Amino acid sequence: MLKYIVKRIALAIVTIWAVATLTFFLMNMVPGGPFLSEKAISPQATAALEAKYGLDKPLGEQYVTYISGVAHGDFGDSLKQRGRTVAGIIQAKFPVSAKIGGISVLVSLILGVLLGSIAALKRGKFLDSLISVISTMGIAVPSFVICTVLMYFFGVKFKILPTMGLSSWQNYIMPVAALAFYPTAYIMRLMRSSMLDVLGQDYMRTAKAKGLSGKVQLFKHALRNAILPVVTYVGPMLAYTVTGSFVVEKIFTIPGLGGEFIGAIQGRDYTLIMGTTIFLATLIIVMNVVVDIVYKLIDPRITLK
Amino acid sequence: MAEEYLVDIKNERLSFFTPAGEVKALNDVSIHLKEGEVLGIVGESGSGKSVTAYSLMGLTAHPGKLIGGTLQFNGHEIEEMGEKEMRKIRGKEISIIFQDPMTSLNPVYTIGNQITEVIRLHTDKDKKQAYARAKELLELVGINEPEKRLKQYPHELSGGMRQRVMIAIALACEPKLLIADEPTTALDVTIQAQILELMMELKDKLGMAIIMITHDLGVVASMCDRIAVMYAGRIVEYGTTDDIFYRPHHMYTKGLIRSIPRLDTKEHERLVPIEGTPVDLLNPPAGCPFAPRCEACMKICLREMPPVTQFDDVHYTQCWLNQKEAMEKGEANE
Repeated sequence: MLKYIVKRIALAIVTIWAVATLTFFLMNMVPGGPFLSEKAISPQATAALEAKYGLDKPLGEQYVTYISGVAHGDFGDSLKQRGRTVAGIIQAKFPVSAKIGGISVLVSLILGVLLGSIAALKRGKFLDSLISVISTMGIAVPSFVICTVLMYFFGVKFKILPTMGLSSWQNYIMPVAALAFYPTAYIMRLMRSSMLDVLGQDYMRTAKAKGLSGKVQLFKHALRNAILPVVTYVGPMLAYTVTGSFVVEKIFTIPGLGGEFIGAIQGRDYTLIMGTTIFLATLIIVMNVVVDIVYKLIDPRITLK
Repeated sequence: MAEEYLVDIKNERLSFFTPAGEVKALNDVSIHLKEGEVLGIVGESGSGKSVTAYSLMGLTAHPGKLIGGTLQFNGHEIEEMGEKEMRKIRGKEISIIFQDPMTSLNPVYTIGNQITEVIRLHTDKDKKQAYARAKELLELVGINEPEKRLKQYPHELSGGMRQRVMIAIALACEPKLLIADEPTTALDVTIQAQILELMMELKDKLGMAIIMITHDLGVVASMCDRIAVMYAGRIVEYGTTDDIFYRPHHMYTKGLIRSIPRLDTKEHERLVPIEGTPVDLLNPPAGCPFAPRCEACMKICLREMPPVTQFDDVHYTQCWLNQKEAMEKGEANE
């Protein structure tokens, strides 16, 4: 177990380095720069700024300087937001995104597992068909469409829910719904098919033959086996939630990391792009390791090597 | 008959209502069994062996429905009991061992967990006592290092060991009846003998009755007091083990016995199979279901279901040929 974790950390460092390198060079291939603006700035001023942030040096040297900074935990200052460090921005904005993302992940896990199991138990009945329709919709409709539809009906037409900001708990409802819809739908489908599979297994017959009640059969014997594919999906789901939050945050004007990330790309805020990319990559990698460990805890047949 | 039976199934009829139509899985099946007796049910796949036994535990799979007959077990009227009452009997008074030990244990729980679960469900033993009992059970079924095994998961044990664990689970509450549904089919031949021996030993020790479902005649010969031969959802011949092996009357039973490999066959002699395939239970023929495969088939066999021909108190068949012989003998006696 310990050996496994050490191995995964080593691998994670390599992955993060690759992500950082790729982003660094891709970013520099995009035309434009951080100090271009509609107002004409004198060439001297631009040159002075570039010299200050080391952007006048050859790309290779910039890369070495940046990576060695990151290796020492220094992500540098934002090029566009005067006087703020990249680490400071992430620290300020990430909790907001994490809250929305975390709630969506929880909502989609709970709803997905619950509805998927119900669909499997009521196989072929009306409820199963209804759940199937909802899950197909959830998979087919992209989140920005859901955002707009929700906003139109609940925000504009009926005026029940606020459409922007995060000042009260009602503000969370629409963004979370938009963000959780796809993963919920996906988990429902996964759960339904794996539950059907498990219910047909011999050990479920054994459980019944022992005289256990339906509840114990379902919650103790079926659920733990059926939930395994869902656990596997948690990794990709986190990645989806992170990227999905870019769109959702933008539409609902939520002051989260997603907005910062998009803003940084549009303004060529090189250090902020790098910082958020590395941060999100690390987050996804760490969560994947956590998922693997949880998997091992649920299913003793899995050995982590 | 004033005798007290532990199991008394009378004229059981059970059908599976599938989208394609009604599949008559059991037709007038009657079985009785006293305490401590071993009954073997033999027959090919789909003949209704397992369905008979499962219905006794209320484990009939979904589209299946009991449509006639009475099932008595230890004073309970099984056919009238609800799911809740059935649960109290399952695992406590009737237990079952399934065919495939590789898949019959839940892979995500320890052996200890799966044994103590049934003990704690049906008795008021606490966690510690249940654990001690589980250890005792593992010793009883001949598993070495029981302490260690209790903490292991099913995938860490071999097939034979897992079947021993299944037996331990089945015996946990000292049931009156143990149903063994082809308990050795999925095991190696050497392990098969061990498991059968173990079951016989435990039967003598605990005094339970056993219903042994199998298609292996060798198994029933060594273990059973009585044998029911099933074909297409009917008992075509019923008798003591000696009746079935030495005085078989039904053509199907004769065919089964002829198809057993023997030590004294000559080198080039071939085994004699029963030609043809089992009947389609969706559209069973009007007459004897075995008639299309029977070498002694008469006209009446295709038209009408034969009545029971009783040879003595126990031994009977359902066959026109036997009926005819019996009648001729009866006439001669007169």
